[in-house]
Amino acid sequence: MSNEISKFSDPGLPEHIHRKSDSDPMAEKRAEQQVAILFLISALGTVLTIASYIFIKQGTFVYLPILGDVEASQLFLGLGLTISLIFIGFGAVQWARRLMPDTEVIAERHEFRSEEIDRKEFVETIKERAATAGLGRRSLIKRSLGLALGLIGLTPLVMLRDLGPLPKKALNETSWKSGTRLVTDPGNRPIRPEDLEVGSVAQVLPELPEGTERTLENIGTDAVLLIRLRPTEFNLDAKRLSWTHNGIIAFSKICSHMGCAVALYEQQTKHLLCPCHQSTFDVTRAAKVIFGPAARPLPQLAISVDSQGYLVATQGFTEPIGPSFWERSS
Amino acid sequence: MKLSLGRLSSYRRHKLAAPALMIIALLSIGTTFSIASALPSTSKMEATAQSTMIDEGKQIFARGCSSCHGLNAEGSSIAPALVGVGAAAVDFQVGTGRMPMADMSQQAMRKKPVYNAEQTAALAAYVASLAPGPDSVNDAQLTWERDGNTAKGGELFRTNCAMCHNFAAQGGALTQGKYAPTLMGVEAKYIYEAMITGPQSMPKFTDKTITPAEKLSIIKYIKAAQSEPALGGASLGRVGPVTEGLLVWTLGLGLLIGIAVWLASKAR
Amino acid sequence: MKKSEKIAGNVANYVDERTGAAKWLKKNLTKVFPDHWSFMLGEICLYSFIILLLSGTFLTFWFDPSQREVIYNGSYAPLSHVTMSASYASTLHISFDVRGGLLMRQIHHWAALIFMAAMIAHLMRIFFTGAFRKPREANWLIGVGLVTLGIVEGFLGYSLPDDLLSGTGIRIAEAILQAIPVVGSYLAFFAFGGQFPGHVFIPRIYTVHVLLLPGIFLALITIHLMLVWYQKHTQYPGPGRTEKNVVGYPLMPVYMAKAGGFFFIVFGVTAFLGAVASINPIWLYGPYTPGQISAGSQPDFYMGWLDGLVRMAPPLETHAFGHTISWNILLPGLIVPGILFTGMALYPFIEAWITGDKREHHLLDRPRNAPNRTAIGAMSLAFILVVLINGGNDIIATHFHLTINGIMWFTRIGIFVIPPLVFVATKRICLSLQRADREIVLHGRETGRLVMLPHGEFIEVHEELSPEKKFTLTQHEQNLPLAVPNTDSLGVRNPQGIKGKLRARMSQANAEQVPAPSESEAKALEGGHH
Repeated sequence: MSNEISKFSDPGLPEHIHRKSDSDPMAEKRAEQQVAILFLISALGTVLTIASYIFIKQGTFVYLPILGDVEASQLFLGLGLTISLIFIGFGAVQWARRLMPDTEVIAERHEFRSEEIDRKEFVETIKERAATAGLGRRSLIKRSLGLALGLIGLTPLVMLRDLGPLPKKALNETSWKSGTRLVTDPGNRPIRPEDLEVGSVAQVLPELPEGTERTLENIGTDAVLLIRLRPTEFNLDAKRLSWTHNGIIAFSKICSHMGCAVALYEQQTKHLLCPCHQSTFDVTRAAKVIFGPAARPLPQLAISVDSQGYLVATQGFTEPIGPSFWERSS
Repeated sequence: MKLSLGRLSSYRRHKLAAPALMIIALLSIGTTFSIASALPSTSKMEATAQSTMIDEGKQIFARGCSSCHGLNAEGSSIAPALVGVGAAAVDFQVGTGRMPMADMSQQAMRKKPVYNAEQTAALAAYVASLAPGPDSVNDAQLTWERDGNTAKGGELFRTNCAMCHNFAAQGGALTQGKYAPTLMGVEAKYIYEAMITGPQSMPKFTDKTITPAEKLSIIKYIKAAQSEPALGGASLGRVGPVTEGLLVWTLGLGLLIGIAVWLASKAR
Repeated sequence: MKKSEKIAGNVANYVDERTGAAKWLKKNLTKVFPDHWSFMLGEICLYSFIILLLSGTFLTFWFDPSQREVIYNGSYAPLSHVTMSASYASTLHISFDVRGGLLMRQIHHWAALIFMAAMIAHLMRIFFTGAFRKPREANWLIGVGLVTLGIVEGFLGYSLPDDLLSGTGIRIAEAILQAIPVVGSYLAFFAFGGQFPGHVFIPRIYTVHVLLLPGIFLALITIHLMLVWYQKHTQYPGPGRTEKNVVGYPLMPVYMAKAGGFFFIVFGVTAFLGAVASINPIWLYGPYTPGQISAGSQPDFYMGWLDGLVRMAPPLETHAFGHTISWNILLPGLIVPGILFTGMALYPFIEAWITGDKREHHLLDRPRNAPNRTAIGAMSLAFILVVLINGGNDIIATHFHLTINGIMWFTRIGIFVIPPLVFVATKRICLSLQRADREIVLHGRETGRLVMLPHGEFIEVHEELSPEKKFTLTQHEQNLPLAVPNTDSLGVRNPQGIKGKLRARMSQANAEQVPAPSESEAKALEGGHH
């Protein structure tokens, strides 16, 4: 503790150095003019803003170096606004810096802790007041109040119940059924196997019964990616191989991790990449995860052709598509 | 619109549809053939020109390409076979300078082409002569300015292309250092050829899944994105919020802190 | 008396007779505020919040928060006749068919980014200078609450236009909800009114974004500022500045002019960004549909670290008894952020427990004089920076010719290696800076001037520091490790158990420092020199 005692002593606030404008009337005048000019520039900025609003048509372009063609009404409106705002600020700050008193002043602080006597009296008051209400004794009232207050918190929880339906089996379902045709997205055209060359992909959706509108909820569960490889390139077990057709394989496009559209297919490596979190799936091995945070392969859709030669699903998905959830069993 | 499409597809499913189509197809082939044979002299001249071109292409191929792709384009351990890739693939790869490759890097980059237009055409003719494949695209087919629809193209682009090439066709990352290149400034012909041939990592998009008309719409959309002026000011590369975040920490907060330093400084 | 003075007098009289405000105002108009640029960071937050309220109100006049499907026929040709939600269409309308609409949208979004960036910078300033210490712990907690709410508010805000990029973000948020054990799928169905994306989510978050959260913000900011006002501002150490006073400029007129002026400057800078730099060009992203995606789909920067964490998470899921727990979502999406934010909120209390310090602190620490705290702060920043890099790995990969797999592995390992290294390095740097301070106080500043002594030796002339400077460099307290008894009075060993041991160890680490030079040392040296 020895050095605590012989610490360097506090020399106190340094001497105040006067500004030019404090002593020189000319400098003061100049500062005053400077501030006024700043405010006047702001006024001009407002004029520019209003003029741009009235006179520059939307869709007019001006050429600026670096930026290229820029939409003029947006640019001049914005620059006018900038000038009108920022120069009020510069003016006010300059006024404070150059002309207002710049001597630092000292204010005292006081410890927040109340005087001992006040604290004591406070505690006594509380006790006394509480005693008049019988807070110390009437435990029946206290407990029942506690119960009532505790229960009242349930009301908003219960009342929010109608925010939405219960999930029931909805997370397990898609529109794919046995015999559903695969149609292009967009375009809604059915596809024949011969429409796809080796190395080609197609974004597909299930053909909906006539008269039904496709909703975003449908797309969010039904979107499928169709890929054609050479049949010899597959490395699948017999069951999964039977789900392909002449080298054409179909996967749910909804990522098994967080539901982004996994449609980034690398034709040479046969890998599918999700651009959101970079999970990488190997198409030849039934979309096995080979990199990134996804824990499950993309669900495969079993496909074949119908009597007219169009690609159809031979069954729905055998597992829920998309991100995991508590009730998911595998 | 929806109704008429439905009706059309119901005709297609008609049991007589297939034979009817067959007859129409045969008739049209016959007509084309008879017109072609009615003009024997020109076609003969074309045929000779074609065969010299193929010979020339074969020579260029032997000198410049065969060391990797094999003497008869049968491929090797380091390069794919080119039998059946068609003239379009050659036109794309050689025309954009990607082939011949400068080094065995992860991915062939666009660079100044090594061969001129005639040599490229000769090479294309040679490769096309090996086995049928998609033909090079000529300017007469590229009527995107007239026939394309930007909004439709945008929808197609976002479904089929944006996942790799980014929403504004600025390009994006693939796995292991590969990347989808930017489409800014890429000629319509090469965009079209890339779609039908699927160069390198890119998959093919056949004419049945994305029709030629739809491909023109995609091109029109890309061209519209490319020529779109700065609507909200500097575009920041059109790569999403990353550059916006960088700008706010550097220019935005930088300016404000700079001004705060001035504001708190003592005037002289 | 001039007429204007008379009117002002009458008004003041009217108000005072009804409120007695004169007494309070008289006292507070001379309230002292210390001046330092880093004290303006909090003001940037406040002002950008006001800008957000103003520009946001403007946007609500045209925005239609509805997921009803419409066909666009406004003036942005590339989307003509495209089916989209009313909220996307009305955002296009604001951007292209309302004069100044795009400017206001951009000002609103830039202001949101400035709000978040300034809050983080402000929080860093508070942390590294120890301004959170007694009596300001409550204000620290409010600050942490504001940052957390800011992240949520920002996310909800940029989700409103229902474009392809933000829709992807909502999709990911839904997956996080859905992954919560036991109740996840129920929560998701309640939030979205059924299957994702549904038709109710945007109207619902609109109310939260424009009413509920701004209301909470306003309440918290008010308490935050009232506490600053009541507790008086902290100040940096220096001559004349003590724990018992506050040195600065009076509210009226200097601080009023500077703070008021700064509001206009912040607004001006935001307007400038809105005028010249495009932000969130939703017309390029296209309307949201779950079947589409763009390369490089990223959130705004204040969510970017979360995205980076999610990307680097291990592919872990537990399947048991017919149920699934997705660690690959829960760990990076909820557990790690939860630990980070809880740790941040509790830090003042942890530090007070380690030091056993129960005194009030109004003088700020120079970061080097609290090496342990500075190192913890730097370590946390390093952590966030590493995950943030991973959050933008695809953009970094394409722009710097790297691979996303490489960056991913670098950050997966780096997240464990880099923060501890940064901790050690920062602590060492702080201690060397302390040593340098000591050196310069005792031996003066090197002037670079060489002088030849009579016997031919060259020495560099050292210039003695001013008393002000010497005081500033030596005024800090010398930390002493907490004395934790090894045995208590009854002879029981280590009476406080593991907790006590831990506390002793941490206190020891916390007290590590180079002793500040004392006047007597300086005198002794002087004696030696001459």
